[in-house]
Amino acid sequence: METVTGHVTGVNGNLANVSFEGPVRKNEVGYIHVDDKRLKGEVIRVTDGTASMQIYEMSNGIKVGDPVDFTGELMSVDLGPGLLTQIYDGLQNPLPELAEKCGFFLERGVYLDPIPDREWEFTPVVKVGDSVAAGDTVGTVPEGLFTHQIMAPFTLKGSDWKVKSIKEKGSYPVRSTICVIENSTGEEKDLSMVITQPIKQPIKCYKERLRPDEPLVMQLRAIDTFLPVAKGGTFCVPGPFGAGKTVLQHMEAKNGEADIVIIAACGERAGEVVEILKEFPELEDPRTGRSLMERTIIICNTSSMPVAAREASCYTAVTIAEYYRQMGLNVLLLADSTSRWAQAMREMSGRLEEIPGEEAFPAYLESTIAAFYERAGKVELKDGRIGSVTIGGTVSPAGGNFEEPVTQATLKVVGAFHGLSRERSDARKYPAIDPMESWSKYTGIIDMDRVEKARAVLRRSTEINQMMKVVGEEGTSLDDYITYEKGEVLDAVYLQQNSFDEIDAADPPERQKVEFDVLYDALMQKFDLKENAEVRSFFNEFRQEFLDWHGTVFGTPEFEAQKKKITDLYMAKAVH
Amino acid sequence: MQKVYTKIESIVGNVVTVRAEGVRNGDLALVGDSYANVIKLDHDKVSLQVFAGAQGVGTNDPVRFLGRPMQVSFSEHLLGRIFDGAGVPRDNGPALTENMIDIGGPSFNPAKRITPKHMIRTGIPMIDVFNTLVESQKLPIFSVSGEPYNQLLARIALQAEVDVIVLGGMGLKYDDYLQFRDTLEKGGAMSHTVMFIHTAADPTVESTLVPDLSLAVAEQFALEGKKVLVLLTDMTNFCDAEKELAITMEQVPSNRGYPGDLYSMLASRYEKAVDIDGAGSITILGVTTMPGDDVTHPVPDNTGYITEGQFYLRNGHIEPFGSLSRLKQNVNGDTRDDHRALMDGMIKLYSSYKDSLEKKSMGFSMSDWDEKLLKYGELFESKMMDLSVNIPLEEALDLGWKILAECFKPNETGLKTSLLKERWPDKDAVADL
Repeated sequence: METVTGHVTGVNGNLANVSFEGPVRKNEVGYIHVDDKRLKGEVIRVTDGTASMQIYEMSNGIKVGDPVDFTGELMSVDLGPGLLTQIYDGLQNPLPELAEKCGFFLERGVYLDPIPDREWEFTPVVKVGDSVAAGDTVGTVPEGLFTHQIMAPFTLKGSDWKVKSIKEKGSYPVRSTICVIENSTGEEKDLSMVITQPIKQPIKCYKERLRPDEPLVMQLRAIDTFLPVAKGGTFCVPGPFGAGKTVLQHMEAKNGEADIVIIAACGERAGEVVEILKEFPELEDPRTGRSLMERTIIICNTSSMPVAAREASCYTAVTIAEYYRQMGLNVLLLADSTSRWAQAMREMSGRLEEIPGEEAFPAYLESTIAAFYERAGKVELKDGRIGSVTIGGTVSPAGGNFEEPVTQATLKVVGAFHGLSRERSDARKYPAIDPMESWSKYTGIIDMDRVEKARAVLRRSTEINQMMKVVGEEGTSLDDYITYEKGEVLDAVYLQQNSFDEIDAADPPERQKVEFDVLYDALMQKFDLKENAEVRSFFNEFRQEFLDWHGTVFGTPEFEAQKKKITDLYMAKAVH
Repeated sequence: MQKVYTKIESIVGNVVTVRAEGVRNGDLALVGDSYANVIKLDHDKVSLQVFAGAQGVGTNDPVRFLGRPMQVSFSEHLLGRIFDGAGVPRDNGPALTENMIDIGGPSFNPAKRITPKHMIRTGIPMIDVFNTLVESQKLPIFSVSGEPYNQLLARIALQAEVDVIVLGGMGLKYDDYLQFRDTLEKGGAMSHTVMFIHTAADPTVESTLVPDLSLAVAEQFALEGKKVLVLLTDMTNFCDAEKELAITMEQVPSNRGYPGDLYSMLASRYEKAVDIDGAGSITILGVTTMPGDDVTHPVPDNTGYITEGQFYLRNGHIEPFGSLSRLKQNVNGDTRDDHRALMDGMIKLYSSYKDSLEKKSMGFSMSDWDEKLLKYGELFESKMMDLSVNIPLEEALDLGWKILAECFKPNETGLKTSLLKERWPDKDAVADL
């Protein structure tokens, strides 16, 4: 194939204008040659015979006349065994390998093979003559805890492909040809264990999309009980800075009961990524007994890295998530933060001199966000297995004001909203999810009737609290005061959770059920208490005992003893 | 070999345009005798930002391209020296030309960072106890004009145990600059300090270079294994200068006139804070004045999303609410076993105190509990929050227990029973818990 070439005619920030000879596709990848380096870029617009490229690297040193090569390929990622445990930048460059090669700094123009070059134990599942379509499994390799399926490329067109040859069971290098397929016109394709997939095209090789109806347990009480997330669902976590978005996401990454967790650190702090990098390999996944890192992939494009690659990083992450979904796994994708991703779009749109929408975000902001979240979903694959991609994105609204375009566009398309509030985080009430403003359309682990009743207590308590601010404690009836204290206690012992406590950090569903039963029963009791001071001291004691209960290990005699102690405590004051 | 161009086509704000060939994006040039850098290329039209301002630039002024980006000299000789925003000596010392390094270099590979785990002790309880400062942290002080933020910065600089201090001043009042210099000289810290000072009287564009100069130098020191503390004051002036430039360049403004890439601009500077695997570290402490005391203003807002927490300096003390050190968890587990729990407990009670105070100001009768909280709040403010308090962390923790015991019964504090038994000053009160 003839390569199309061109040369630079202008540079503005990370946007380069290129004049070219021959055909150029929108969104194809090109390389600008600067000195001895090749800088990657993507064609985002063609006007008057000039291609505008966003450059994924720092644009210093580019000069007018620098040569450009176009590849004819859309921006893609490589998918294959060995992705797990990797740490990539937004363009799927493996960062540890890059550090080995280039030292402390991210040198531009260096692109490494994202798939580790090693041999895998391959087992074929198709025979010569079998027909193969896009996404069909041709063989498997064991990758850590999973059976990694080697699939025909998702971009394979036509339905008349047949296996011409396939390697026998054995160990082969990842990039070697393991299968040759042929179609009716005699065209042949060599398949290796690695396939290439354009990042902006969703993978659609499944039978049917299903309704997300199964809870994805996060082991966080406030979420699992009150604001559940479903496998294949979407949720967003908007919050002002310092409200604990990232800590919450790390908790979800650690304790979420998904098969695979992909963390897309998009335009956020490098230090936070380092925390995961250093901490996860040490942590054990209680369900498998293996290191947590074995189920994790990190896509990291921190705030100081080039902004165009930030835009790509979210797509890179979701493409990898879809790839593992095709193997019948439940994948949790956590994107932090989608606002930075939207800002990257805004920056580019500004350079292109497009007519700005609200707060200078481009007019296509909403449709782009919707399209991204729509890549989540629970699907039934062609062979009947079920896989899912769950997407949770944080949003960093300017000034903590949820009325801004990114939050609003996100709220339209997600199934659960975990809004964090500055008020709660200031008072150190973590996780700072606002229990009143937040909502979820999914069903959780506890029957929703009782949850709604508990929520009603909380709502009433908040109202009474507001009222008390006006009329004072003396103007509040004893019954109301008790309801107020009930709400406070529900907040203190159930919604709040200490992520730094070894035991309390993860609350498994079985335990949540027991704890909720006790708490619910207590909330529904009528209490024989005479005056406010007595009410306060009773609930203080109740709270204290409940918090101590969180400190006991589930299923031990201490746990049962503390449960009995709490039940006795409130039953003594209850009116029968 | 340098080609001289003498036909400037346009002069708008501080940006001049000239027709030239073979020029690289980001390169340095001389317009007349003031420095400028290339910010845009369009065919043979080159846009240059003149550091000293375009005032008085004539269309026939010679433009020379130097064929290299902005650089700064790096060596041990920097220590004790003071430069301006263009890297020119301000202290009548000789100009330094050896070992020139590029400024605004590439970003650090996250894989080469390590988890920060060394506390920086400051002797200020509101920092040490409640929002511990950690090596390699980036932390701004959010404040308003008139607050003693520069004094606080200078005090932290003097008391913190670091090898090198780099001070970047943007739009500093001349008196403030002198005060910084004198305080550091008197405290004996000048010998390991480098200053890049842009005063309010200097050309605006130069202030945009100060963070890059300071951080490029800091990075080199850190790579040599030094613990570097970078002080940047005031970052709002830096952002305003960038805004001015963006508007001149006819960029579409996003929020209150600031450019859409304000976040990236700030992030690429603050993210230079790093703890390097096998070498030194950079800690950044900045000052961001909030116009109109409004934290939702784009500058403090974007800063807050980038930095690892923030200190609010208001009414002469560091506010317990809102102030946050995100990295404190990395270190406060190893200081003393009661540190975390006491910190959370005291803040929760102080928050309740604020509620009671509000009720009181509205004229409601105070319950016993309210009275207790009011007493607690007053003690907390006078003994802990006051900026003049200068005690080590351990003493501050003991003081915290003392204040709690003076005001409350043990089970009113919401602290774990085991901890109360161990630390409550009055052992009789906790005997039967």
